[in-house]
Amino acid sequence: MSETAAVRETWIKVGELAGIPRLGARVVCTLFGNIAVFRTADDQVFALADRCPHKGGPLSQGMVFGTRVACPLHDWVVELKNGRAVAPDVGCTPSFPVRVEAGVVWLKLALEPNVAAAAVGV
Amino acid sequence: MTRRRLVVVGNGMAGMRTVEELLALAPDLYDITVFGAEPHGNYNRILLSPVLAGEKTIDDIILNDRAWYAEHHIRLHAGKMVRTIDRRKKTVVAADGTSERYDRLLLATGSTPIILPLPGKELAGVVTFRDIDDVERMLATAGNGGRHAVVIGGGLLGLEAANGLAKRGMDVTVVHLLGTLMERQLDAPAAGLLQRALESRGLRFLLEHQTAAILGDQRVRAVRFTNGVELPADLVVMSVGIKPNIELAKSAGLYCKRGVVVNDTLQTFDPSIYAVGECVEHRGATYGLVAPLFEQAKVCANHLARAGSARYEGSLAATKLKVTGIEVYSAGDFQDDAQAESLVFQDAARGVYKKLVLRDNRIRGSVLVGDTVDGPWYFQLLREGTDVSELREQLLFGQAHVGDSGHGAASKVAALPDEAEICGCNGVCKGAIVRAIVEQGLFSLEEVRAHTKASSSCGSCTGLVEQILASTVGDASPTQKKKPLCPCTDYTHDEVRQAIRANQLKSMAAVRQFLEWKTPDGCQKCRPALNYYLVCAWPGEYVDDSRSRFINERAHANIQKDGTYSVVPRIWGGVTTPAELRAIAEVAERYQVPTVKITGGQRIDLLGVKKADLPHVWRDLGRAGLVSGHAYGKALRTVKTCVGSEWCRFGTQDSTTMGIKMEKMTWGAWTPHKVKMAVSGCPRNCAEATIKDFGVVAVDSGWELHVGGNGGVKVRVTDLLCKVRTMEEVLEYCAAFMQLYREEARYLERTAPWIERVGLAYVKRRVVEDTDGRKALAARFAASQREAQVDPWAERAAGFDQDEFSAILAS
Ligand code: SRM
Ligand SMILES: Cc1cc2nc3c(=O)[nH]c(=O)nc-3n(C[C@H](O)[C@H](O)[C@H](O)COP(=O)(O)OP(=O)(O)OC[C@H]3O[C@@H](n4cnc5c(N)ncnc54)[C@H](O)[C@@H]3O)c2cc1C
Ligand code: SF4
Ligand code: FES
Repeated sequence: MSETAAVRETWIKVGELAGIPRLGARVVCTLFGNIAVFRTADDQVFALADRCPHKGGPLSQGMVFGTRVACPLHDWVVELKNGRAVAPDVGCTPSFPVRVEAGVVWLKLALEPNVAAAAVGV
Repeated sequence: MTRRRLVVVGNGMAGMRTVEELLALAPDLYDITVFGAEPHGNYNRILLSPVLAGEKTIDDIILNDRAWYAEHHIRLHAGKMVRTIDRRKKTVVAADGTSERYDRLLLATGSTPIILPLPGKELAGVVTFRDIDDVERMLATAGNGGRHAVVIGGGLLGLEAANGLAKRGMDVTVVHLLGTLMERQLDAPAAGLLQRALESRGLRFLLEHQTAAILGDQRVRAVRFTNGVELPADLVVMSVGIKPNIELAKSAGLYCKRGVVVNDTLQTFDPSIYAVGECVEHRGATYGLVAPLFEQAKVCANHLARAGSARYEGSLAATKLKVTGIEVYSAGDFQDDAQAESLVFQDAARGVYKKLVLRDNRIRGSVLVGDTVDGPWYFQLLREGTDVSELREQLLFGQAHVGDSGHGAASKVAALPDEAEICGCNGVCKGAIVRAIVEQGLFSLEEVRAHTKASSSCGSCTGLVEQILASTVGDASPTQKKKPLCPCTDYTHDEVRQAIRANQLKSMAAVRQFLEWKTPDGCQKCRPALNYYLVCAWPGEYVDDSRSRFINERAHANIQKDGTYSVVPRIWGGVTTPAELRAIAEVAERYQVPTVKITGGQRIDLLGVKKADLPHVWRDLGRAGLVSGHAYGKALRTVKTCVGSEWCRFGTQDSTTMGIKMEKMTWGAWTPHKVKMAVSGCPRNCAEATIKDFGVVAVDSGWELHVGGNGGVKVRVTDLLCKVRTMEEVLEYCAAFMQLYREEARYLERTAPWIERVGLAYVKRRVVEDTDGRKALAARFAASQREAQVDPWAERAAGFDQDEFSAILAS
């Protein structure tokens, strides 16, 4: 448990912003499972668990527009800011803090404890 | 910042719909105040008929209760009639003195029923049929032992009132001035059938009778006609028509004709004042059905929200009678004249009558009695101006008979139990749809699709869902002729395409800017469409936008439900070699591919490949000469062949070689939707060429070319395009057909629906009759292919777009 607690605090370096395509995503493999890091047309960056709230589709493979992504499997649309499915669909996918500093993307593996537990599957 | 003030006069269906649309677009822009003369929240007026008939209660038909207004911070003045508008001071004043200032005013005052100027019209017991109050008065009379009801007017509302009162136990006579009922919607045979159906339920009719007076002291006692006949009456319902309610607008000096005159943005002649609904006159037309009003509401909200680009261009109307158990549907212009021809189906014993009026092979109007399942289908063909010459023979038998594998006419939706599965793809049953409609207040097919997913996949249950919708909330199906490409724009597919060519728009950004897209980078619907239109219009010049490709086309493999991919190499004409098979086998072992499957398209599918392995799999396959089969793309898929004259004892031509030549010519082409081909060596047709987009059947004297087949959700057999002699001709016609389809069909429209829309005759004219045109089309195809025939797998195996296939490892 103490190990997970330590991870919960860590900011990890994802890499150059330029490594994520505009209107696209890269998958980051972490202890919390796969995390999709998205980049919008105006270079905002968001991170969500790479699992659609519908049936677990890989959101990283979806089409990004505005600050939303359309899941590749059945076209649910998910809000990048908070992982919420856009109405009328209901559901939510865990989201993670990200920041960009000097062209480098950082991801914080910090979550509410219960969400973190769900994300790592314990 | 203080918010702008929007005042709405009229708490009915059009006004509140506009407010709902506005809240969805710009929830914080206005401070909203609503005046309603009726003392209620907003309710579904359409459903007053089932309330009168005892099939629904008032509670069932409330759309927005008072809590809804409170929740959205809308001030509701219910029961207050606005008497004056002071346009200079921008203030409205109600009868009780309540006054409100506005920045924008929305008039949605609806219509008022026409009251014939008869002696006795003011007697107690004489009512109209418009609002809850009217219904309550009718029910009070029926409940207090009133026995005789006379309904004046045999139109839609009169008949629904008469039916309701009869179901409440009254003895009802419908009086009509003309010789046939619902003459604005029905022709004589249809009206006759309807009349008999209603008579069998105990209604009586007095046609060609004119009312002279209503008799009684304080309460009505009888009705007298001009021919002297008298009928006893405890209740008289006047239902002889409506007129737009324009008193208020007129008194404020707004320009009115029959209705308040508005432009395509629903603005009156005073730019601060908008108007929607039955009170409006737009391009000379007034409307009395909700579907057009909802379309007005959408456009008006768009302008109130200052999104500012939508236009309302008028609607076509379809009417459905809401008398349970009696089906009547009417749309468009149903009168015959010299230029028109009618298709008629009549089965008096079953009480079924269907008439379609055609002009230039297009449906102009329809009248259906007894069996209305296909009403929405005919209406769609009418709206889209589909050429129906190829469907003619089956048209009257309905959509089920043109090969829809969906549900046939047998299913009477109203009678289905709640558990009946309506949408097979998404497992949605009737009860779930009805619940969503009632609880979420849905009105349109799109809304039901979004909320329940019913009919959102293959679409074969669309007709059923529309019927459930109609029987639950009344019929509000869309009637606008023009269907925007997606919610980001008001332009249609065809308009966008034309603009791309006419204005030399060569990038996605240029298109969106030129056509004033409402979203900065479009959405998952319009981006792939625009990308395709640009690829097609500017081959070699336009740089494909991989971010606007659906994942399958971006990754050049099919995504599976577990996030792995499938790989299908091209097997030219279905012919392979031991070396190719060995290469496939080795790849399957090396990358531990869980499933190797022979596809329905004469190829081999490697299923369950991890994304990161894709470039390696392709590299290894490429070494054996295998290339992408585009099994993932809106592109040329397979060309199936049979063994043909090389081996088969019946073969008349070398169908295998023909198929391979066709595949070598067409592979790599991006198309509006997927394209499949097949070549059979004789009319036994073992390659199933007659359900392909382009099918070739060899005969002794040459090759028959067939087009527009589809074996998927809705099976469609091909049409015979023509017959040619040589392989070279097959290739030329094939290229020309491909290019015509590529240039003119809408994105995601397969050849089958495209040909049904534009007509086989048109395709023949372009591809068969116009020799120069055909050669030009084929040349354009060849030019485009020079750019398109690059194996995407080889490119990626060599390192192109590497990031797409690799994840980032974090520690
Ligand atoms: C693999 C295959 C099934 C099989 O195991 O045999 C298949 C698999 C899929 N078909 Fe198919 N279809 C396959 C032959 C067919 C055929 C038969 C044929 O081509 O002769 C048909 C009916 C013929 C036709 O298209 O007219 C067929 C009609 C469809 C349809 C309905 C198309 C329609 O117009 O109604 C879809 C849905 C769509 O395209 O929107 C579809 C969609 C799909 C998708 C792409 C669903 C999806 O979006 O994921 C499946 C991809 C699976 C994968 O990852 O490989 N598949 N599909 C066949 C591949 C053939 C090939 O070698 O490329
Ligand atoms: C019994 C019945 C059955 C129908 N069936 C169908 C059907 O099956 N399909 C279909 O498409 N359509 C049907 N209709 C027609 C449909 O209901 C109308 O087209 C629709 O309600 C019109 O909407 P509206 O907002 O323009 O007017 P309304 O819904 O009438 O709303 C106008 C509101 O404004 C109020 N108002 C007027 N003047 C003022 C004022 N000065 N101050 C304050 N408030 C004012 C009125 O009291 C009314 O509440 C039916 C109508 C009736 C009556
Ligand atoms: S392969 Fe085709 S028929 Fe089979 S489940 Fe997928 S889409 Fe449906
Ligand atoms: S798994 Fe994402 S939409 Fe179904």
